[in-house]
Amino acid sequence: MAKSSDQNKAFGWAANDKSGVLSPFHFSRRENGDNDVTVKILFCGVCHSDLHTIKNDWGFSHYPIIPGHEIVGIATTVGKNVTKFKEGDRVGVGVIIGSCQSCESCNQDLENYCPQLVYTYNSRSFDGTRNQGGYSDKIVVDQRFVLSFPDGLPSDSGAPLLCAGITVYSPMKYYGMTEEKGKHLGVSGLGGLGHIAVKIGKAFGLKVTVISRSPDKESEAIDRLGADSFLVTTDAQKMKDAIGTMDFVLDTVSAEHSLLPLFSLLKVNGKLVALGLPEKPLELPIFPLVLGRKMVGGSQIGGMKETQEMLDFCAKHNIVADIELIKMSNINSAMDRLAKSDVRYRFVIDVANSINSA
Amino acid sequence: MGKEAFGLAAKDNSGVLSTFHFSRRETGEKDVRFKVLFCGICHSDLHMIKNEWGISTYPLVPGHEIVGVVTEVGSKVTKFKTGDKVGVGCMVGSCGSCDSCTEGLENYCPKSIQTYGFKYYDDTITYGGYSDNMVCDEGFIIRMPDNLPLDAAAPLLCAGITVYSPLKYHGLDKPGMHIGVVGLGGLGHVAVKFAKAMGLKVTVISTSDSKRDEAINRLGADAFVVSRDQKQIKDAMRTLDGIINTVSATHSLLPLLGLLKPKGKLVMVGAPEKPLELPVMPLIFERKMVMGSMIGGIKETQEMVDMAGKHNITADIELISADYVNTAMERLEKADVRYRFVIDVANTLKPTP
Repeated sequence: MAKSSDQNKAFGWAANDKSGVLSPFHFSRRENGDNDVTVKILFCGVCHSDLHTIKNDWGFSHYPIIPGHEIVGIATTVGKNVTKFKEGDRVGVGVIIGSCQSCESCNQDLENYCPQLVYTYNSRSFDGTRNQGGYSDKIVVDQRFVLSFPDGLPSDSGAPLLCAGITVYSPMKYYGMTEEKGKHLGVSGLGGLGHIAVKIGKAFGLKVTVISRSPDKESEAIDRLGADSFLVTTDAQKMKDAIGTMDFVLDTVSAEHSLLPLFSLLKVNGKLVALGLPEKPLELPIFPLVLGRKMVGGSQIGGMKETQEMLDFCAKHNIVADIELIKMSNINSAMDRLAKSDVRYRFVIDVANSINSA
Repeated sequence: MGKEAFGLAAKDNSGVLSTFHFSRRETGEKDVRFKVLFCGICHSDLHMIKNEWGISTYPLVPGHEIVGVVTEVGSKVTKFKTGDKVGVGCMVGSCGSCDSCTEGLENYCPKSIQTYGFKYYDDTITYGGYSDNMVCDEGFIIRMPDNLPLDAAAPLLCAGITVYSPLKYHGLDKPGMHIGVVGLGGLGHVAVKFAKAMGLKVTVISTSDSKRDEAINRLGADAFVVSRDQKQIKDAMRTLDGIINTVSATHSLLPLLGLLKPKGKLVMVGAPEKPLELPVMPLIFERKMVMGSMIGGIKETQEMVDMAGKHNITADIELISADYVNTAMERLEKADVRYRFVIDVANTLKPTP
């Protein structure tokens, strides 16, 4: 097994405690093994999960943590067993970097549901090494968990697809949202996940309504992102008029909120998919489920095959994230703004041009 | 106008039932009229007579697990004739033209008319099966199989379809699958029987050990888990393809979600009044789902009853006389029944108290 080596020095920005403040951090990556690809990191998206993790909102953070799982870069070294990539290829690394590779889920290309899933950061690999994420200069990953970044997809605005993109694409396929054009999808929450869901939904030929508590996002949603309509949750009359009109709702909101209004928007047999990860359980009213044969399900990113399929789909349809490019040194103020949802709609760190190495 | 009828009605939200005279419409050209032989007592009847859902109007004649023998059919009725054994469940009408109706899912029609306490097309209020005769549109009449005892078959018309429909709709009917049934009452015990007839492995999940022997030795369940016993829950984690949850009291969904395999389905057929806590992590990390279901369409109800006929599935009942009904309701409130009361209407319901 490849071990961490002082020879493979790396540099990144890490949080050392639950204040979540990130600062420069020297560490090592493992030597490039036979199945590995070493990636020089160009860009890394800032996902809301990064913020939750560095602040230990979910209670399972182990410091120091270098977050970042929306990584785009260039392959600089490939191991001798690596067949899918060669040096110089543009590649991506997303939320997972390991799985057991032998269970039912792994055998169905659903590594994301493997009980021994290894996340890109704040995790341990099977050999015991602590994994650090993409707010760093390089990363070494098994080829199975490296994605080919399609030519047509810009590295900076394509990076968020590696988490946000697959997180909305996978349930849209799994829950049957993409089978028929013209079905009506509600997207609750217009942030990193939500804005990409609108774009992908439109590319699949769906009618898309954005459901948001912020009236000031309406013209963005309709004029720029292409949503068909916009529903403000505090407008009681509009919410009433929209009752029973949607086939599906994707709920991207992770703050505490009531599911009842979202259920009421669904038609009979409608499906609500919860993607946000709230700290506490949500309230589930049972009557709407029973009276309308409705359903609530969840989804977690996607398998590697599906993630590649999603990237290729987005390249074909020119779907990228709306980003604000930042320097590594501005990451802490970006995190403060992210906590207030003050970003349209994803920060992306210009890693290669702004990360200072020792 | 109309034909005389008598039955048992609640006059106010005390829920006390007493003799009540009323009239039903004349048999219309598409109607089937039948003499009521038996009527099951569903827990919904208890909720409605006490106005627990806030939608009751009085006087209320409950009963939506009704079986009897046809006495008259309208001139345009083609499917039934005098002497046929028939039943009526929870619905007596729907709009007939919406998406749900067109797919044979009258139960999800926004204008579906329930068997009792609802306004009919002629502006009269519907009266249920705690009464001597029923008249109903042919489209909502179910043919009862000859080989099933009518008293024990009556509860299939609500309890039976309520558990059958989600087993089929959610694909939980493939032989070899493993399902859980939460709550062993009117719905739960029928769920065990249908699931076994479908070739499934069945685990009953209950809050106490007292029903273990019944569940396994009499109803044929394969296993029994006490939900308050951490070790039993832990041993059964990730073993179930689906769960039919019949419990309407407030309870925790977390241990139930843990019993499901990844992608497993938790189906709510009991309807707690207050929202439950939904832990989102099991849904997101294991792609599990929570869904609801409510009775079934007419075509599906007929299919369910036919299956019951083929496999000799009936409810476990306690047959009671009409004058016992208020005591039965008190016992039902305490879940003191194995597992459904059925009123022997024809033999014991009298026009005078």
